[in-house]
Amino acid sequence: MARDTEDRAAGTHKAERRQRGRSKKKPKETRTVRVHTGHEHNPNRHYANNRIKTTKYTVLSFLPKNLFEQFHRFANVYFVFIALLNFVPVVNAFQPELALAPVVFILSVTAIKDLWEDYRRHRSDTEINHMDCLVYTERRYVERFWKEVQVGDFIRLRCNEILPADVLLLSSSDPDRLCHLETATLDGETNLKQRQVVRSFFDLDCEFDPLKFNGIIECEKPNNDLNRFRGYILHRSGSRDALYKDNLLLRGCTVRNTEEAVGIVIYAGHETKAMLNNNGPRYKRSKLERQMNVHVFWCVVILLLMCLFAAIGHGLWVFQYGDKRPVFDVLSPEGAELSPVVAAVYLFLTLIIVFQVLIPISLFVSIEIVKVCQVFFIHQDQDLYDEDSDSRLQCRALNITEDLGQTQYVFSDKTGTLTENKMVFRRCTVAGVEYSHDANARRLALYQEVDSEEEEVPPPGGSLRRDSSSSQQSSRVVLRSLSTKTHRRTGSRADAKRASILSKHTAFSSPMEKDVTPDPQLLDKVNECGGQMDFMRFHGQPVSQLPSDLADIMDFFMALTVCNTVVVSSPNQPRQKVRMRLESKSPVKTIEDFIKRFTPSRLTSGSSSSSSSSLATSRSSNRGCSGLLSSPSAESTLAKLQEEQAALGSAPPRYDGTPRSPEDGELRYEAESPDEAALVYAARAYKCSLVGRLPDQVTVELPHLGKLSFELLHTLGFDSTRKRMSVVVRHPLTDQITVYTKGADSVIMDLIKPPDTETSKGRRQKKLVLRTQNYLNLYAADGLRTLCIAKKVLSKEQYACWLQRHLEAETAIQGREELLFDSALRLETNLQLLGATGIEDRLQDGVPETIASLRQAGLQIWVLTGDKQETAVNVAYACKLLDPEEEILTLNADSHEACALLLEESLHYIQTKFLCSSSDQAAKAFLPNFAPFEVYPPSSSSPHSAAFTVHRLGLVIDGRTLAYALDQSLEDRFLAVARSCRSVLCCRSTPLQKSTVVKLVRNKLKVMTLAIGDGANDVSMIQVADVGVGISGQEGMQAVMASDFALPRFRYLQKLLLVHGHWSYSRLANMILFFFYKNAMFVALVFWYQFYCGFSGSAMIDQWYLIFFNLMFSAFPQLVTGTLDKDVSAETLQQLPQLYMSGQNSEEYKPYMFWMNMIDAFYQSLVCFFIPYFAYADSDVDVFTWGTPITTLALLTILVHLGIETRTWTWMNCLSISFSVSLFFTVSLCYNASCPSCFSPSNPYWSMQRLLQDPLFYLLCVLTPVAALLPRYFYRACQGTLFPSPVQVGRQLDKLPSETRRNILNLGGVEAGSAVRPVPHFLSLGTPSPEGPDENHQRTEELEFLPLVSWNVFIHIPQPLLCISEMEFRVCVF
Amino acid sequence: MMASSYNAKEEDGHHSGASNNGGAGVVKSKKPDNTAFKQQRLPAWQPILTAGTVLPAFFVIGLIFIPIGIGLYVTSNNIKEYEIDYTGADINDACYNCAKNFSWNSTTPCLCSVPFTLEQPFESNVFMYYGLSNFYQNHRRYVKSRDDSQLNGDRSALKNPSKECEPYRTSEGKPIAPCGAIANSLFNDTLELYHIDSNGTRNAIPLVKKGIAWWTDKHVKFRNPGGNSNLTVAFQDTSKPVNWRKPVFDLDPSDPENNGFINEDFIVWMRTAALPTFRKLYRIIQKKPSTTPTLPSGKYVLEITYNYPVRSFDGRKRMILSTISWMGGKNPFLGIAYITVGSICFFLGVVLLIIHHKYDTRNNSADIPS
Repeated sequence: MARDTEDRAAGTHKAERRQRGRSKKKPKETRTVRVHTGHEHNPNRHYANNRIKTTKYTVLSFLPKNLFEQFHRFANVYFVFIALLNFVPVVNAFQPELALAPVVFILSVTAIKDLWEDYRRHRSDTEINHMDCLVYTERRYVERFWKEVQVGDFIRLRCNEILPADVLLLSSSDPDRLCHLETATLDGETNLKQRQVVRSFFDLDCEFDPLKFNGIIECEKPNNDLNRFRGYILHRSGSRDALYKDNLLLRGCTVRNTEEAVGIVIYAGHETKAMLNNNGPRYKRSKLERQMNVHVFWCVVILLLMCLFAAIGHGLWVFQYGDKRPVFDVLSPEGAELSPVVAAVYLFLTLIIVFQVLIPISLFVSIEIVKVCQVFFIHQDQDLYDEDSDSRLQCRALNITEDLGQTQYVFSDKTGTLTENKMVFRRCTVAGVEYSHDANARRLALYQEVDSEEEEVPPPGGSLRRDSSSSQQSSRVVLRSLSTKTHRRTGSRADAKRASILSKHTAFSSPMEKDVTPDPQLLDKVNECGGQMDFMRFHGQPVSQLPSDLADIMDFFMALTVCNTVVVSSPNQPRQKVRMRLESKSPVKTIEDFIKRFTPSRLTSGSSSSSSSSLATSRSSNRGCSGLLSSPSAESTLAKLQEEQAALGSAPPRYDGTPRSPEDGELRYEAESPDEAALVYAARAYKCSLVGRLPDQVTVELPHLGKLSFELLHTLGFDSTRKRMSVVVRHPLTDQITVYTKGADSVIMDLIKPPDTETSKGRRQKKLVLRTQNYLNLYAADGLRTLCIAKKVLSKEQYACWLQRHLEAETAIQGREELLFDSALRLETNLQLLGATGIEDRLQDGVPETIASLRQAGLQIWVLTGDKQETAVNVAYACKLLDPEEEILTLNADSHEACALLLEESLHYIQTKFLCSSSDQAAKAFLPNFAPFEVYPPSSSSPHSAAFTVHRLGLVIDGRTLAYALDQSLEDRFLAVARSCRSVLCCRSTPLQKSTVVKLVRNKLKVMTLAIGDGANDVSMIQVADVGVGISGQEGMQAVMASDFALPRFRYLQKLLLVHGHWSYSRLANMILFFFYKNAMFVALVFWYQFYCGFSGSAMIDQWYLIFFNLMFSAFPQLVTGTLDKDVSAETLQQLPQLYMSGQNSEEYKPYMFWMNMIDAFYQSLVCFFIPYFAYADSDVDVFTWGTPITTLALLTILVHLGIETRTWTWMNCLSISFSVSLFFTVSLCYNASCPSCFSPSNPYWSMQRLLQDPLFYLLCVLTPVAALLPRYFYRACQGTLFPSPVQVGRQLDKLPSETRRNILNLGGVEAGSAVRPVPHFLSLGTPSPEGPDENHQRTEELEFLPLVSWNVFIHIPQPLLCISEMEFRVCVF
Repeated sequence: MMASSYNAKEEDGHHSGASNNGGAGVVKSKKPDNTAFKQQRLPAWQPILTAGTVLPAFFVIGLIFIPIGIGLYVTSNNIKEYEIDYTGADINDACYNCAKNFSWNSTTPCLCSVPFTLEQPFESNVFMYYGLSNFYQNHRRYVKSRDDSQLNGDRSALKNPSKECEPYRTSEGKPIAPCGAIANSLFNDTLELYHIDSNGTRNAIPLVKKGIAWWTDKHVKFRNPGGNSNLTVAFQDTSKPVNWRKPVFDLDPSDPENNGFINEDFIVWMRTAALPTFRKLYRIIQKKPSTTPTLPSGKYVLEITYNYPVRSFDGRKRMILSTISWMGGKNPFLGIAYITVGSICFFLGVVLLIIHHKYDTRNNSADIPS
């Protein structure tokens, strides 16, 4: 790798030189960083400095830029267009300045909001910019603000300091020349990352002096790839030093475990990788909003029709006078007479202005306000707060809250989402013998017990546990005396929480995971084995003579300990970091290196080469372990070893059986994945503890043997295609080059060396494999995650051979990934199976309940997991996703054809099994107890589109089959099968497949999808789904970063969807409908007037009222209602999840409701217009004295209408309504008294005052709202009685006294749970084309069918409870 | 857009880091406050609209509205009103000739008289209106065609009227005062009322022209430029509206306080009517101090100076005599409307009662637990 980089670097350098020779203008492909020590001015000043500015605007650019952004929204352009139209004299309707007011208002509200946000960003920028760091200037390090840091500056970093910029690490106080970083702010991973000092500065023992640094750094241009950094230092001597990502410290990370480090700034400010990775939140448009936009469009159509109608009317009106010009038909300002046609055209434009209110200008703003409020309330919900992690729900997308109430399909990840992702070592099998770890199982059971009891009475200090299990107690004593027992004994979750606060930087290490109770049998064997090895070592016997089963056990634990990427640290005491360094050398990088290392001469040559010497150097501790052990003379080795150990100050030697010093318990394992840590902890329970890990060396402490250092030759990291990882080490005892491989059983089993059945050993081996496989199946059946451990011993020649090709691969320029992959494949063959482990991933609290209630809510739940089929199925059973009583269709196919066939068969099976046997029967079979159950036989109404009910069927499909099924030709059939199953489980699916499945379901079935996951592998799925939910769990932050909502735990999904989703949807739906109604009603008043003013575009409503009616007088109450209204209480919503279906079926906002609202609006406006019309007919009332009561009446009617639609009255509602009314009167009184000669043409001086003296006005105020709202009120009352919606029934339940309600819900909940599943209509099999006439067909049928999604709750109340013996809440929609 | 306000923290990776650095001490819990507002547990009233709950409202509304309606109807019926159409559209009408020949350009006034009989005496103050039909005083351009500043006595507006007055802004190079189409089309018929005694003599009925306009209009909104002294000088260099015969300062020769912009007939006209058929107060016949009715029953003659042409828009002109009550002029509509709405409510209440009894029993019983 090094060579390659250097080559490339050299190449670019050459290229650059050439470039420089020709012209300087060409864009450089690299960045050159020169040193800046503060004397002269910075040679790198043309690079961005470290001042960050995330604000969008400056003082000057705010107005133009903000306006430009706002005009991207079509509505704004429309309103500005209308306002500008007002400036054309022939068509103007209002005072032009006044007409601008609403647009300006809306624009300025948004602008102020943007400004405020920008200000907040500015403040946080300033805060960050003014953080301190040490910068080298004038021969010393001086405190400087972050913003003053420039590229080329030397920076001194102290422990726990945050990096101000991307820094190239040049020196570290760490003897290994490492710097530990916590990258949680970048990727959310809590384990520490190691960064290395640039190679040429490696051997600097004295303090790094920036003045002596004389190189020039050439590196890549800034980019956002966190895992990539290439470059080199060009020293003055001409030598070059390659730079890798391991040398770069990224901005935003925190320095840990390292006392001091010095680096040079490479990228600063906005060019840092962290800043380049900052993308803003994304915007989705909710389903409701899409629906709304259609209706906004219809409003435009209605507007145009009204204008057209009035324009024609005006044309005719002008035409009827012919040449006789009436005095009131005023000529145009130019004195010209308008022909009827021209007059009509002008009028059309005028009316567009007058009627503009119909398009609700404030709707968009109001929706945003309401959504922000909703988000606020969701944020504030205590039920969504997780005490353990001190985290609450985060809404990252603000504009799709209502989508939560309309979700139909939930796609869930398994690990970390349904389960805790706390990997707990449960069982293992070594060399074909199973060790069941019963005590361990009991221990785990206890955690649960303690957890559950803790809520009631916290048991004092774990006494409960001690009492409850004596056998465990004994084993615990053993454990404590032996090794790893730590101070944490009460392992309840609260403790875990406390512990995790204490050790904030430690990932995956709750006591539950740490304290593994060893199986006594296995422990004995390990002890025996250790003892034997110790014995053998003392007697100079080769270790290979160990009995093979014992050797296997040893190897097994060795593999557990070594074959991982776990880092050991003790974060509280960085200085006492356990270091057992051999020497400063990294994994074998070149053939020469290899030859050098593996020639025996080296051992004798003593301290000749830098790589093998340095026994004397202060920082090497018990180095030489491997080297010496590999020498022929074991005794001398041992002597030396002991010598060294004695010499070790910081890490005193340990002997078997001695209790550990307290700080040893502080050893922390930081792993990238939790199961790695679990395995290391398990090994530690058997006293095989990992005590140190360095890039080239792993130190292990073994029973009887003390500390052994494995020389780490290679690490072949885990990847999802290989599904395994390997390490190549040199075994210190046998000096063999050993490959330890750990991976999924499916792959490892295929790589096992086929046993030679001739020899007994081979037979044994075969038996071992078979038995292990057997146990693996058992583990999987228990829902454990299984891993196989294997090893392989390489001869030096084999290794050399492999190494050669591997190095070739590493240095290849093209296709390196593939070559490395092939190289790994070559190594990982002919393995020898050692054993297998079973790790338990416990279900999160409340998962089964949540799934059950979500399912009752009509949500289809699919689980997409990367786990193996057996494990997944078992977890699915455990979380009640699959029901033991229901049938399971398992699809495993090896080929496309087979898959097609399987799908065909399944479909056929479903049809014959469930459809032919008459849906009535089927339904009744499910509900034998419910006689009055009403069935809507779907087949009778439309025999062809045979309705696919959701049967009690589970579908399990594996990744390979899924790949075939997702093929274009099969996807429809797959969907047909999947859709008719109650639950779907996709195992072994890749991240891409996950997102493909979600996309397929979303696009083909036209449903609302929600994806929930916690890991990086769920990101694509989360992004594809309509609503993405991230679990802020243990696997980093990627999922959360990609999500719209982030939850601390899965079970909160229930309240989020059932309560907040439902509320948000219902509130918003009602508010939008109300908006349309309100605007139509108000505008129609003016429209009716056109019939009485010669269609001249005149308005009887003062233009001030007309323009501010929406913005001021009627805006507030609906915002309050839109924010606070609750149709059903949270309690009932959670107990009757069926209520959620109203959102799924969009029952609160259906197209017909829009039209009904429009019709109602027109009716109400007719009433509001004609009652005053007749009341003032043929009187001396003037235009605006007549218009003012109409405005008042409209306002009152609208408010009362809102009152009827408001389901929950709090003081806020009452206040807002009275505020609106009083605001109207106050404003109009002030306005009408303000200026006697202003406000042409209405000039309403003293109108309101006179009006208030007129009894007629009050009579109208009483009569009109009553008359206008009579139909709606009556309809609501009838509907509430005759055909209440489920939601209304829920509200009636709310009304009942809490005791009665609890009884009803408890009874009803049970029965409702087993009640009918929703019966979504299913498109016919052969023609699932979503376009063309089929769509209409399908749509109409969906309309027919979806309402039939009926749910019946039959509630039987015990006799004494109610006056009547049986109470029935029967609900049928429609 | 709004999203960023909440995401600002997460977006910017340094934030959490900064807090780590600074305050390692107290771990502040993120637990939300447990307040009724934040937890959405505000005490609330949750009405449920069902037949049973709504029913009383309907009956109550019905029971309140019907009596009000009856009261209003009776009040309206007690108002006396008499109306004469004197347009002269029909050949038999007294004013037919006037109407036929008259146009805005005519110079000589045309006189006609319409006799009528009042069957019933009119008590208390009688209001005399003129009514116009088909006259769209609410036409958009017509309504706008005025200059309120000018009418308010603003001198600069007098000399330079608002553009809204076009094309009635200037005439013969001089600004028109009062400008605009409304003023230009001022109603200028003169109506006089004579009572004919039993012995045939005509007694002119005194018509009061003060107090017909809104007090605020007369005293605040309309003002003459430079006060009321010497209007001729004040209106120097202005031109009268095209259709007018007399300049604005000469509208009422009999009363100097009623001239210029504060002429009450003019003010009344300037308050543009809401609907194309309207009436405007013309004169008030004061109640006599004696017990005799203001207008005893008997024969009357309406003398009209016919100046105002309405044929061009098929308009009608009327003279209306009316008494008023506390609720204004005669209008039975409101009473009828109250009675109707009240009855409907009552009827719907009955319907709901039936529905309630038939279908609502379950819920009702559910309400009575014990």
